[in-house]
Amino acid sequence: MSEKKNKPELLHKNYIQSLKIEKRWVGFYQAIIFIVFFSSWQLASQKQWIDPLLFSSPSKIWNLLLEKIQDGTLVSNIGVTLTETVFGFILGTLLGTILAAILWWSPMISRVLDPYLVILNAMPKVALGPILIVALGPGYSSIIAMGAIISIIITTIVVYTSFKEVDPNYLKVLQTFGASRWQCFKEAILPASFPTIISTLKVNVGLSWVGVIVGEFLVSSRGLGYMIIYGFQVFNFTLVFLSLLVIAVFATIMYQLVELLEKKIIKE
Amino acid sequence: MTFLTVENIHHTYFTKTSATTALSNISLTVEEGEFVSLLGPSGCGKTTLLSIISSLLKPTQGTVLLENKPVTTAKNQIGYMLQQDYLFPWKTIEENILIGLKLSKQLNQNTKAAALRLLNQIGLAGVEKQLPRQLSGGMRQRVALVRTLATEPKLLMLDEPFSALDYQTKLKLEDLVSQTLDEFGKTAILVTHDIGEAIAMSDRVFLLSPSPGRIYKTFTMPEELRNISPFEARNHAAFSSIFQTIWKELESLEREKE
Ligand SMILES: Nc1ncnc2c1ncn2[C@@H]1O[C@H](COP(=O)(O)OP(=O)(O)O)[C@@H](O)[C@H]1O
Ligand SMILES: [Mg+2]
Repeated sequence: MSEKKNKPELLHKNYIQSLKIEKRWVGFYQAIIFIVFFSSWQLASQKQWIDPLLFSSPSKIWNLLLEKIQDGTLVSNIGVTLTETVFGFILGTLLGTILAAILWWSPMISRVLDPYLVILNAMPKVALGPILIVALGPGYSSIIAMGAIISIIITTIVVYTSFKEVDPNYLKVLQTFGASRWQCFKEAILPASFPTIISTLKVNVGLSWVGVIVGEFLVSSRGLGYMIIYGFQVFNFTLVFLSLLVIAVFATIMYQLVELLEKKIIKE
Repeated sequence: MTFLTVENIHHTYFTKTSATTALSNISLTVEEGEFVSLLGPSGCGKTTLLSIISSLLKPTQGTVLLENKPVTTAKNQIGYMLQQDYLFPWKTIEENILIGLKLSKQLNQNTKAAALRLLNQIGLAGVEKQLPRQLSGGMRQRVALVRTLATEPKLLMLDEPFSALDYQTKLKLEDLVSQTLDEFGKTAILVTHDIGEAIAMSDRVFLLSPSPGRIYKTFTMPEELRNISPFEARNHAAFSSIFQTIWKELESLEREKE
């Protein structure tokens, strides 16, 4: 009797165990790729198989990293770029959602604006950079605007589509209680679209990094984008690679944070 | 005084490619405390008629009066329960049943307590803090009923409320709804395509014919069926003969179509 009872439990234990082992193997291979990539880079650079002046090497980047941390410039540059990116993507998502709400509010406005949205969406937003600089001046505001503008239109389109796809019977329920259009939006349309808004947040993190880095290429005298351009101009490619790796790390962290937020909200 | 008067309703849906006349020349009256059913094949305009009575939809022609006043002025006097429960999945059961009170700004200690008491009465004590997905189909439909009754509407409209449920749950809910409405002395209009359900629950049955929807026949249920529960009515001797009568009318409707 007890044997029979234990059997499924045992099988389950084995199953969990096999999952754990698989996960360990995946981690192992990931580590291998990481180690092989950086050590062959190091080796190739030392043996002059690749031009060390152009492609630098992990050890040089590491030394530069320590140096830049000590003199404080790296931290302040990261601070600048992070701030711009966070503002850019919050602004982009917020304005995009507000615009989507306006389109939902008035079917007339949405029909009038439809072709313009298509054009603006197709247009490469970074090409607007010079215009933004002229309009807002070469400073934080035009860089943040770049980070935002790159994600606004696509956010508007995606969120508006999700607003429209909310089951009209939910609105019918609210209308039987005499709900106004604003109440319908607040009680049904917006909460039903939260998952979509969160997933645009995830896309917008990546987009805003693009916008901000390009913005810094164009105007800034600070930030990670500036470090890349500066390194390029003085032919210090170690600096360029250092900036790239730092961007990769922080963009990933931001993405993970948004994913964490998603898990928290979707659970509720 | 007649409680509800539906006068000469015509309704045509317009789309880019077609104009569908869903309802034609519908007139009926319902007395206070009465339970009537709209019976008819799907697509004959039952949902359209309920939407018009609840003033969610403006008819192309005709008027609807509730206690001699146009329904458009009678906000929150009509409760409407849809085919599916449509509970908001992100709201708890408590938030769901209070939404009507909240929207019509009637939410206070008293109305809230009354709504929660109703939830208790209907056999759902202790689920207040749960989410709709944690409940079974029958429980969710009962929550939807509480949500509709919480604003104390004078007229209750039920659009095929049991059609998505299994047979046993459906029979139980029929009894529960019937008993609850009796207790509160509510007037109700039930939409269904189930002949048995219409007979068991109502005082009068309007049989609708399709394309365009019109009232084909009206049946008044015998006294002995009205005063017993739907479940008992289904087993009563008078049930099967009236079932046969309505069945034949439906058949003749089908033949007419051919
Ligand atoms: N929004 C709409 N636009 C166009 N036609 C509609 C619309 N709603 C319903 N109809 C048509 O009106 C008729 C009646 O529909 P409905 O009232 O839903 O019938 P029932 O509830 O009896 O099944 C059907 O032929 C349906 O196709
Ligand atoms: Mg229907």
